[in-house]
Amino acid sequence: MKNGFAVFFAVIVALGGSWLGFVVAPAIQLGKAKQAVILNSTDTWPQQRTGEATLGLQIYRANGCAACHTEQIRQDGVAAEVTLTSLGKSKPEDLKAFVRSLFILPELATLTNDLAATLKDWKGDLPATILTTSDKAVADAFADRLKAAGAKSETRVVAIGADLPRWGVRRSVAADYLYDFPVQLGSLRVGPDLADVGARLSDANWQLLHLYAPKLSVTNSAMPSFKFLFDVRKIGSTPSPDALNLPPGFAPAAGYQVVPKLEAKELVAYLLSLRADAPLYEAPFSPITSAKP
Amino acid sequence: MNSAENNLDCNAKIDASCRVPLLALFGGAALWLVVGLMLAVLASLTFHAPEMFARCPFATYGHLAPAANDLLVYGFAIPAGLGVVLWIFARLSHAELVLPLVPVVAANLWHLGVFIGLATILGGGGSGFTWLEFPRVAAMLLGVSFVLIAISAVATFAQRQERELYPSHWFLLAALLWFPWIYSTANLFLVTTWPVRGVTQAVINWWFADNLVFVWLALVGVGVAFYFLPKIAGRPLHSRFYALFAFWTLILFGTWAGIPQGAPVPAWLPTTSALASLLLVIPLIAIAVIVFKTVWGANTVCKGGPFCYLRFGMTAFILSGLLLIVQACPQFSRVLEFTWFGAAQTQLQILGFFAIVVFGAIYEILPRLVDGGLPFPKFVRAQHWCFMLGTLLLVGSLAFAGVKQGQAGLDPAAALPGLRIATLGWTFFLLGSLLFAANIFVMTIRWKLSLVKIVIAYIKSPLETSEVKS
Repeated sequence: MKNGFAVFFAVIVALGGSWLGFVVAPAIQLGKAKQAVILNSTDTWPQQRTGEATLGLQIYRANGCAACHTEQIRQDGVAAEVTLTSLGKSKPEDLKAFVRSLFILPELATLTNDLAATLKDWKGDLPATILTTSDKAVADAFADRLKAAGAKSETRVVAIGADLPRWGVRRSVAADYLYDFPVQLGSLRVGPDLADVGARLSDANWQLLHLYAPKLSVTNSAMPSFKFLFDVRKIGSTPSPDALNLPPGFAPAAGYQVVPKLEAKELVAYLLSLRADAPLYEAPFSPITSAKP
Repeated sequence: MNSAENNLDCNAKIDASCRVPLLALFGGAALWLVVGLMLAVLASLTFHAPEMFARCPFATYGHLAPAANDLLVYGFAIPAGLGVVLWIFARLSHAELVLPLVPVVAANLWHLGVFIGLATILGGGGSGFTWLEFPRVAAMLLGVSFVLIAISAVATFAQRQERELYPSHWFLLAALLWFPWIYSTANLFLVTTWPVRGVTQAVINWWFADNLVFVWLALVGVGVAFYFLPKIAGRPLHSRFYALFAFWTLILFGTWAGIPQGAPVPAWLPTTSALASLLLVIPLIAIAVIVFKTVWGANTVCKGGPFCYLRFGMTAFILSGLLLIVQACPQFSRVLEFTWFGAAQTQLQILGFFAIVVFGAIYEILPRLVDGGLPFPKFVRAQHWCFMLGTLLLVGSLAFAGVKQGQAGLDPAAALPGLRIATLGWTFFLLGSLLFAANIFVMTIRWKLSLVKIVIAYIKSPLETSEVKS
């Protein structure tokens, strides 16, 4: 290590590698991304936001909402599900006994515990998902055996993950963020994920009430109240049409009303514009395929 | 005997040449550390009483948390680290600091930039990118000041009398090169009117965050520790070859970590990142071996002094690296991603590792800078305890909160008990930082008073004698 310049050059190469890999390469690969086409449709995704929602994105940024909220729905992988749709002539008890007799099969060895638990809870109602496995071939073989026993079933491939379907109907993909600046994916969920909040909680009034007093809808919410986005005004000759309809305990003094400022309305417009509810080629809705009638 | 006296004399001259720049860098760093930790305590109070700041926009969690984080890294970590780098370079070169006025000006510009950045974030002007919230003006000030300080450091480096590079040289020179590179890249691509499109912004942001918080802090922290550990332990670094190996593997693998596993980006990005993170175990083992073999069996008495700081800090670094690797394993990241576990790792890296290593170095340097030494030498040990307890409480409780939250399916309520203990951890850090601030500010004031005394003595000194002589 006596030659300072050789070391300097080698350091530049070593560091520059990650620069090329994680700055230049993604910029080339994703920088010219265009809108995606929605599955089974000619419409494109995503749509450009309205002016109000674009301004709302800046309110979201200015208040650092991304410190506590993410905007990404993850998918861990896919699984094959076998769902019973008809029992044929057999009774639920017979079918349970039949499935239990299959426990000796080697391919079901790792699944018997889950299967036994599912059968124990199942009261014979249809349709019922009785087997979930990561191996489609196992699911198909299982469905064939059910068929042989006279029952009908469907084998479906479904997306799995802790976020699905809790926070959205499909995972987030790169295309969803095409028009965002800044893109605020967030890294910490102190509160819920917001990638699909516009579809999940589409009532603008609910959103305004929630911003004004988070504890109204979630009693133990850790979200700070954003009262500074609202005006408390004296009610004049007629109440403002925008005034919040607050329950007692949250309402201001008699003769006063709570009216959202422009910022609050813009923020809500942005929140409602957050949707991940169009099926795309790379992220179709679950179930992905259905087979085995 | 004679050469030793010469050496002492020479070292005293070197320390004197570093005095003003280092006091400027450390003084501002101490101020921002105190302010940053105060903001962090306030932010943490949100989890006790969310309604507290409902009427003041600048004090909501979304303003306070990024402001606190930026102050810890840009306000404290980088200037404090640069001060130590300047001193190490001067000492390793056996030369006085070259262009000593440049770092003084740069330090003041830097702290001005941090002030503008802080005001902008609290006013709602943050850019929305993690670790890049500062507006363009502040970013430009920081970039220019960094380059100025780096110029002074490299010019001092060029004065060295032996061609041989020390292991610390590699780490610190790489750090001086890497920060302007990543900071300018990230700012030019993101904090601009023509940003890159869509999710590429997030990729560049992740790349920058990893390279700033993990790689840059690691380069400086480990480089500083590799200088001071052998010095204090009175044994050579074990060994040069291991250090070289650790350096190359750290910059080869560390720079590729940081893309989260569940990210909505092309799959090759998180996969490459996971692989690089797993390979990080190689430099971690190498650094652990070096530290262990250098320190083990040394006859140095610790007593809460710099040696304790460095040992604790390096242990925290190994742990922080391991937590980073855990987060990159898909199996664990499914549970831990989006939880407080990530915040635990970040704070362990910034406060548990970097701050403590740099404080160890600063407490080794400070007594030599100004005649009379530290005003409150007992505070050193007290601060060590504050920081140690702070690290255990803060990182432990945040990691615990993260695991609980992940196991409960990301239920926010599951994290609350941990977050409330974390407030206590922040408070301990704040106490410790106040002790440091007391030392550095009293020291600076004493030094300035002594300057005033010299001037007064000069003015008052009788002129007749010289006239008589002439």
